[in-house]
Amino acid sequence: MSSAPTREVARRVFAAEFNDATYTFKESDDDRAPVYVLLPTGERANRVFVVGTLTETEDVGEDSEYWQGRIVDPNGDTYFTYAGQYQPDAASMLRELDAPEYVSVVGKPRTYETDEGEVNVSVRPESISTVDEATRDRWVVEAAERTVERIKRFEEDSPDEYVQMAKDEYDLPTESYRQAAVSALETLQEAETSTN
Amino acid sequence: MEKQVSYVSHRNTSGDSEQPMTETDLHTHAEEIHEQFSDQVDITVEEVEERLNTLVNEYKVPTSEARRSVVNTYLDEAGMERDDLSGGGGNEQKAVADIDHAEEWIDITAKVVELWDASSDAVAQVGLLGDETGTVKFTKWSKSDLTDLEAGSVYDLRNVVTDEYQGRFSVKLNRTTTIEKRDEEIEVGDDSTEVEGALVDIQSGSGLIKRCPEEDCTRVLQNGRCSEHGEVEGSFDLRIKGVIDDGTDVHEIIFNREATEDLTGITLDTAQEMAMDALDTSVVADEMREKVLGRYYRIVGPTLGRYVLANEFEQLESPADSEAVLIKARSI
Repeated sequence: MSSAPTREVARRVFAAEFNDATYTFKESDDDRAPVYVLLPTGERANRVFVVGTLTETEDVGEDSEYWQGRIVDPNGDTYFTYAGQYQPDAASMLRELDAPEYVSVVGKPRTYETDEGEVNVSVRPESISTVDEATRDRWVVEAAERTVERIKRFEEDSPDEYVQMAKDEYDLPTESYRQAAVSALETLQEAETSTN
Repeated sequence: MEKQVSYVSHRNTSGDSEQPMTETDLHTHAEEIHEQFSDQVDITVEEVEERLNTLVNEYKVPTSEARRSVVNTYLDEAGMERDDLSGGGGNEQKAVADIDHAEEWIDITAKVVELWDASSDAVAQVGLLGDETGTVKFTKWSKSDLTDLEAGSVYDLRNVVTDEYQGRFSVKLNRTTTIEKRDEEIEVGDDSTEVEGALVDIQSGSGLIKRCPEEDCTRVLQNGRCSEHGEVEGSFDLRIKGVIDDGTDVHEIIFNREATEDLTGITLDTAQEMAMDALDTSVVADEMREKVLGRYYRIVGPTLGRYVLANEFEQLESPADSEAVLIKARSI
């Protein structure tokens, strides 16, 4: 680890898969080492890029403002995003935006365990912007393509490190994530047909 | 006496030859020095050899020291700097894209792609040279007193020196450079890369910035200070250092002032007004973030170190081919 840290790639992943990515790990013992969630299709993610429909915002903070945003992908699955005093720009975006609105979010995956012992996965935003429908549509195609690529790699005979890790840590068939990619793309096609 | 001591220690540490200098060795040195100066100083090989001989055989100075002394004498005579001097002998003929070290003496054959406005009187000409492999910036100093290059013409340029600034290489024409126009055409190669993806970050040092006004220094000021020239009265500029991410790779992009104005619709004048109203320059970068983050762009430009310079860009409005991806997704 002598070279300068390289910037983490923002993964494209539909909400169904993202919310299943409950296993986290680090690559080294260093306190400052990046934390990754393990995507069930066998890829590590320290950053994600999501474009979807912001459907609801709510200040769920007790003492200080803590904004929750619900962002829905074309399959109707929801990403949860939370921004507080340490994400002032994102928090003020969530405060000011009127749902529904297409938004893009760059952020870090975070997991937390509920009192019931369930692990929830959310996005801690680095930035939130409002975008148009074309940008959303482009993201859907891109997320589907990246998902398909991951599934193909998952099914190869000699699995790489993170595919093996996903096989060890999860008992989740990749078929449901393939379905998510297919149905997300189909919504775009339907929209096209209905406007023609 | 002291001189003698320092001489002995020099001999011991430098590992200079213990053998007495033969005449043929001195003659070779003399020929090399003569070649370095033949265009500037009217000397003969014999004169050079005589000077070397006096130093080496009468004063017992090590050959390397003698050579240095003789070279300095001729530099003074010609009013040249040591930097103006070529390494002697033939330089390597280099393709533009192969320039990867600073301070190398090379020969290139290239077409003058563009001439830019010189930023100071010390610079006679500045612009872009290109060959089949790509393009490189060149600078021609006024004091070098060379003939002017014409845009669109192809030249043999011998004895140019390479330079590097922030990962970007350039060549400098100097007093010893020979310029020979060639009657041929060069198809200048495209060394630009194309990246496509979402703009996921605008880094610090973006927006309304101040640059050092010192000659040939364009460093960005930090709190009104230039790392080279200290506290200076900066001049305003716009730029964006951004990150394009396609989900597989990240690319760092620099938008210069013109590109930043096109990208954001915020001109330098507007940006200065915004900063003045807010008493804070950071409002400019904030406004830019709102306008461009989270959108898709295609960017074309040369690579400078770790950055891609956004010479051309467009926002990608329509989605990629969803049909093709759908077929793939259904088939696995």
